[in-house]
Amino acid sequence: MAWVLEAVLAFLAAVSFSIIFNTPAKTLVSCGIVGMSGWLAHSLYVGLGGDPVQATFFGAFIVAIAAHLLSRVFRMPMIIFSVSGIIMLVPGGRAFNAMLNVVENDYLTAMGYAGEALMISGAIAMGLVFAEVFMQLIFKPKHRKREKGASL
Amino acid sequence: MHQAGETRRELALECCLLAGRLMIEGGAETYRVEDTMERMATSQLMPNSHCSVTPTGIMFSPSDEQPTRFVRIRSRRTDLKQVALVNAVSRRLVAGDFSLQEAYEELMSIESSHTSFDLRLQIFAAAVASGCFLLLFGGARADVPYAAVIGGTGFIITDRIERLTRIRFFAEFVAAVLIGVLAYAVVGVGLGEELDGIIIGSVMPLVPGLLITNAVRDLMAGHFVSGLSKGAEAFLTAFAIGAGIALVLSF
Repeated sequence: MAWVLEAVLAFLAAVSFSIIFNTPAKTLVSCGIVGMSGWLAHSLYVGLGGDPVQATFFGAFIVAIAAHLLSRVFRMPMIIFSVSGIIMLVPGGRAFNAMLNVVENDYLTAMGYAGEALMISGAIAMGLVFAEVFMQLIFKPKHRKREKGASL
Repeated sequence: MHQAGETRRELALECCLLAGRLMIEGGAETYRVEDTMERMATSQLMPNSHCSVTPTGIMFSPSDEQPTRFVRIRSRRTDLKQVALVNAVSRRLVAGDFSLQEAYEELMSIESSHTSFDLRLQIFAAAVASGCFLLLFGGARADVPYAAVIGGTGFIITDRIERLTRIRFFAEFVAAVLIGVLAYAVVGVGLGEELDGIIIGSVMPLVPGLLITNAVRDLMAGHFVSGLSKGAEAFLTAFAIGAGIALVLSF
């Protein structure tokens, strides 16, 4: 039941972000699904006792793969689908805690949180990059064949 | 005859530059803008075109004979629909569905008509996103309405101040301060339960997600100038939000 609730919330959040970023109306549901799958991958990994950095990597990877696939289906730029999914993985809580501890002059604790936030941001970047490479390796031959067509 | 070819090439050049400018203004990745412009140029018989795109300007050299053009980009916002529309036009131009004239007119109409979502809907979306994030980050259920209201307010403030002043990052800073103050007030009065949950949830609509994604993708595609400048913009925005919250927390 908790999973269903999380899925619904993540879907709603992703759709809301897509509205804020003004994506085309017909892609809203797809954006929501991308965000939901990314969040569920992240939260499932953490739930199984995984490291949050690795979990974020998997989340970002899933988001980027889903976004790449959808961008092929809709023939639209990939960022349209990935943005709202990626934004949900941003380590807001840790950044907040880092800030809170800096203000309270507890720099040691703050460094810990800030370091974690930094690692998670790096994991998001790595997830995006790995997905990009993965998609290029898989779809390159097909891509070449219809190079003449509009394969922007 | 020669004259006609010249005007046509001029129009093709205008068309490429307009498409590139619209895409950057909407928040597309640099690599995509360059790719689109070069494809459009190739389809209009300018195979040796070169373009160099940064977040603040486009340099485009259509061929060896024609002069290089430069376009300055003054404002950028997040409008992914505009990117998608321009992308569709360029696809149809390359595929031959559109003539050059049609494509140019289509791009002009995209520029003049801003078909964005209603601002009220966007504010509502910001509120919903804040509420959902509060729960996703493990906040208390009783705090959801407060996070939604404060998140929506923060979004309105950012939008208003961005229209008033051209100083970047100030809008985020003020909105973050306001979010912090409101969250403090709500918890202080005894309505809200957890201060951190409310603040984190309400701040989420301000997070520069598009910039983060674009910075990473640009850096990986080898566009270091754009990647680093977008990364810096994302970092400064995040820093402005953090500074705003820190200012409130320090009292």
